[in-house]
Amino acid sequence: MPLSVFRGGIHPPDKKELSSEKPIAETTPPARVVIPFSQHLGAPCKPVITIDQEVKKGEMIGEPTGFVSSPVHASVSGKVLAIGEFLNAMGRMVLSAVIENDGKEEWTILQDHPDYMNLPSEAMKEKIKNAGIVGMGGAAFPTVVKLSPPKEKPIDTVILNGAECEPYLTGDYRLMLEKPSEVIEGLRILMKVLGVQKGYIGIEDNKPEAVTTLKKAAAGESSVEVCSLPTKYPQGAEKMLIKTITGREVPPRALPMDVRVVVQNIGTAFAVFEAVRYGKPLIERVVTVTGEGIREPKNLLTKIGTLVSHLIDECGGLKDDNLKVISGGPMMGFAISSLDVPVTKGTSGIVAMPEGEIVHAEDFGPCIRCGRCIEICPMGLMPSMLSIYAEKGLYGGAKEYGLFDCFECGSCAFVCPSKRPIVQLVRLAKSQVKP
Amino acid sequence: MKPFIVSVSPHIKSEETTGRIMWSVSASLLPAAVMGAYFFGPRGVITVSLCILTAVLSEYLYQKALKKEITINDGSAFLTGLLLGLNLPPSAPFYIPVIGSFVAIIITKQLFGGLGYNVFNPALIGRAFLIISFPKLMTIWSEPTAAFVMMDAKTGATPLGILKEEGYARLIEVFGDQMNLYSQLLVGYRAGSIGETSVIALLIGAAFLMYKKYITWHIPFSYLATTAVIAWIFGGKGAFFTGDPLLHLMSGGMVLGAFFMATDYVTSPSLKSGQILFGIGCGFLTMLIRLKGGYPEGVMFAILIMNCFAPLIDRGFKTTFFGAQKK
Repeated sequence: MPLSVFRGGIHPPDKKELSSEKPIAETTPPARVVIPFSQHLGAPCKPVITIDQEVKKGEMIGEPTGFVSSPVHASVSGKVLAIGEFLNAMGRMVLSAVIENDGKEEWTILQDHPDYMNLPSEAMKEKIKNAGIVGMGGAAFPTVVKLSPPKEKPIDTVILNGAECEPYLTGDYRLMLEKPSEVIEGLRILMKVLGVQKGYIGIEDNKPEAVTTLKKAAAGESSVEVCSLPTKYPQGAEKMLIKTITGREVPPRALPMDVRVVVQNIGTAFAVFEAVRYGKPLIERVVTVTGEGIREPKNLLTKIGTLVSHLIDECGGLKDDNLKVISGGPMMGFAISSLDVPVTKGTSGIVAMPEGEIVHAEDFGPCIRCGRCIEICPMGLMPSMLSIYAEKGLYGGAKEYGLFDCFECGSCAFVCPSKRPIVQLVRLAKSQVKP
Repeated sequence: MKPFIVSVSPHIKSEETTGRIMWSVSASLLPAAVMGAYFFGPRGVITVSLCILTAVLSEYLYQKALKKEITINDGSAFLTGLLLGLNLPPSAPFYIPVIGSFVAIIITKQLFGGLGYNVFNPALIGRAFLIISFPKLMTIWSEPTAAFVMMDAKTGATPLGILKEEGYARLIEVFGDQMNLYSQLLVGYRAGSIGETSVIALLIGAAFLMYKKYITWHIPFSYLATTAVIAWIFGGKGAFFTGDPLLHLMSGGMVLGAFFMATDYVTSPSLKSGQILFGIGCGFLTMLIRLKGGYPEGVMFAILIMNCFAPLIDRGFKTTFFGAQKK
C-alpha cells in the first residue's frame, strides 16, 4: 500500500536516546496521590466518595456526568484525605481527591476473562467506558466516544498511533517493545467494537525495533498491518497519520470519523486490552521522565495522581541548572510552574530542560516574511499571517487565514528565525473570536 | 531553587536566527566584494565601506533617538549597506554612498516600521534616490583597473550603455569578439557598479545561499528565464528571435539583482507560486526598460515595482488548507 506523506513538517532533534533503552520500571508507590476529577476533554466527573472514606485500588471515585466524560478511579488503596481544588499541569485549579496510600495495594475485584474476544462488542464498549479510558497521547479524549460514531458515519479503519513523533518521549516505544501482543490484542478489540476489518499500526521509521517486534507479533493477523512511516514531526497528529497511512485527508474542522477512520494511541490500546480482559480501570500509565535536566532518565509505570516531584526524585532529581519542566513533549507539552502537580491519564512524559536547551520567549523579533513557516505547516496555513494578525489584534483576519484549522503543533514556531511565539499568538486569537 | 520558566509550547526551537541569515547573505557577497575591490581599487572599497558604516550608524542613531531596541547586531543594516555599496558606481564622490545609505535605512526601512515592515528593498530605494537626484554622478562609470592604486581611472561605458547607444555590433567590436565579451562579463572585467560585474563571483555566493536553503530557485530562475526569453525574442535588431540572451543575463545588475535583491524576504512574496510570478514580473519589467525605456538598465526599477505587488501576490496565492476541496 503506497504511503502518501503529508506535506510540510519538521525534523527536530529527537533526543530519544536519553531514555529509549530504559525498560519500563514501576515507580515506588507514592505516600499519597492527588487525583483530579477532570483528566479528560469533556465534562468533569462528580465525586462519589467522602473525606475519610477508605477506598480500594481501582474503585471508582468520580462518575461521569455526560456522554463526553469519563470516570476516574483510585490508583491506590487507602483513606481519602481531602477533596478540593488542586493545581494541575496545565496551571489550572481543578477539583481533585487526595488519597493516602495505605500500601496494601488492595484491589477491587479484578476478573480475568480469557475468552474476552468473544464478548459482544457492546459489552466490550461498556468495559472500556467503565474503565475510564481516554486517549493517552495527550489530548485525553474519552475513548468510548470515539468508539460510538453516529450511524451515518461508518468506520472502516482503525489506526494505532505508534508514531510518537514528539522528541524525547519513549513510553509508547517501550510499550511496543515490551507488550507487543497486548497492544495488538487492544487493536483487535477496538476493531471488533467498531466492526472494522482493517487495522494499522503506524510507527515512525526511526524506531525500527518497534516495527520489527510488532510485525512479528502480528504475523498471523492478516487484518492487522504494521506500517513504517517516514520520521517527520508531526507524523503522530491524527490527520497527518491518517493521510500517510490511508491517503485520506480529513476536511477542515471535520473529524477522523468523517473519513471513516478512528485513531487510538498505543498506550490507549494497551489500556483497552487490560480493561476488556481483566476489567482493569485506567489507574496507571507509562510516563517518560527525561531531558538533559534529569539525572537519570527513565520510563516509569506510574499511578495516576502521583506527583511529578515524586517521579523526579525517582530519577535522581533535577540537575542544578535546570530551568524548565514540561508535562508532555517539548513541541506541544505544558511548562509547569510547580513540581507538585499530579500525573494524569494524558501525561505522556516529563521533560526537564537546562538553560542550554531553552529559547527564551521574550527574545523575538519581527516577521521577516521568509516563508519558512508556510513551507512546513502541515495544515497548509500561513502561520506568519496568523501571527501578524494576532499581534495587531486583528483576530477576524486571522480567522480568514484558517486560525481554527491550526492544531498548534508548533512546527512554525520551531523553524521561525525570528523566534516568534506563533503558537501563543494563535491561542490568543482563538480565545478572542468565535470559530 | 530558582523558579521554573513557564512559556507556551513549543519548548524547542531551531538554531536558525534572523541574524544568522542576514550575516550569511552578507558573507555570500564576499566574493563579489573582493572582485569589486580588485577591479575598482581603493575607491570601490571606500564606497562600499561608507555605505555599510552609514547604514549601521543611521539605524543605531535612529533607534537610540526613538528609544527603540538597538538591532544593529541582526546584520540587516549591514547587509543593506553592503548591497547598496555593491550597486554604486566606483567613481561617485564619497557623499553619494552616505546619502544613499541614509535614505535606505531611515526613509525606506525605519520610517516604514523597521525590519519586516518595509515595502521596498531599502538598498534599491537608496540607489533609485541617488540616480534621480544625481543623474550625472551616478552614470559615470570607470573602467576596471585591476591595479590596486588610488587613481582616477579612465571613464567608459557599461556594456548595456554601449548596447543602448551604439548597438550590438559596436559592443562586439569593443570587446573584440563574442566569446571575449562573454568571458569578460563572466569574470567581471567591465565598467559597471562595484559588485555587479563579476558574474562568476556572484554565482559562487548564490550557490552558497541555495545550498544553505536561504534562497530557493523560484525567484532567481523565473527572473532569469523570463529575461532570457524576452531578450532572445525581442532583443535583436530588425528581426525576432535574434537577440543575445547571454549578454542580457550577464550584464548590468541582473545576477546581483536576481539572486540577492529580488530574493529579499521582506519585499518579495512568501509563497513559492507567488515567487515565480514575482520573478516573471521582474524579468518582464527589466527587459521592457532595457529595450524600450530611457535607461540602459532596468533591474532596479523592475524589482522596486514588483516589490509593490508582493503583498498583493501573497493575497492572491493563498495556500490550500489541509483537507480542503482542491479545485
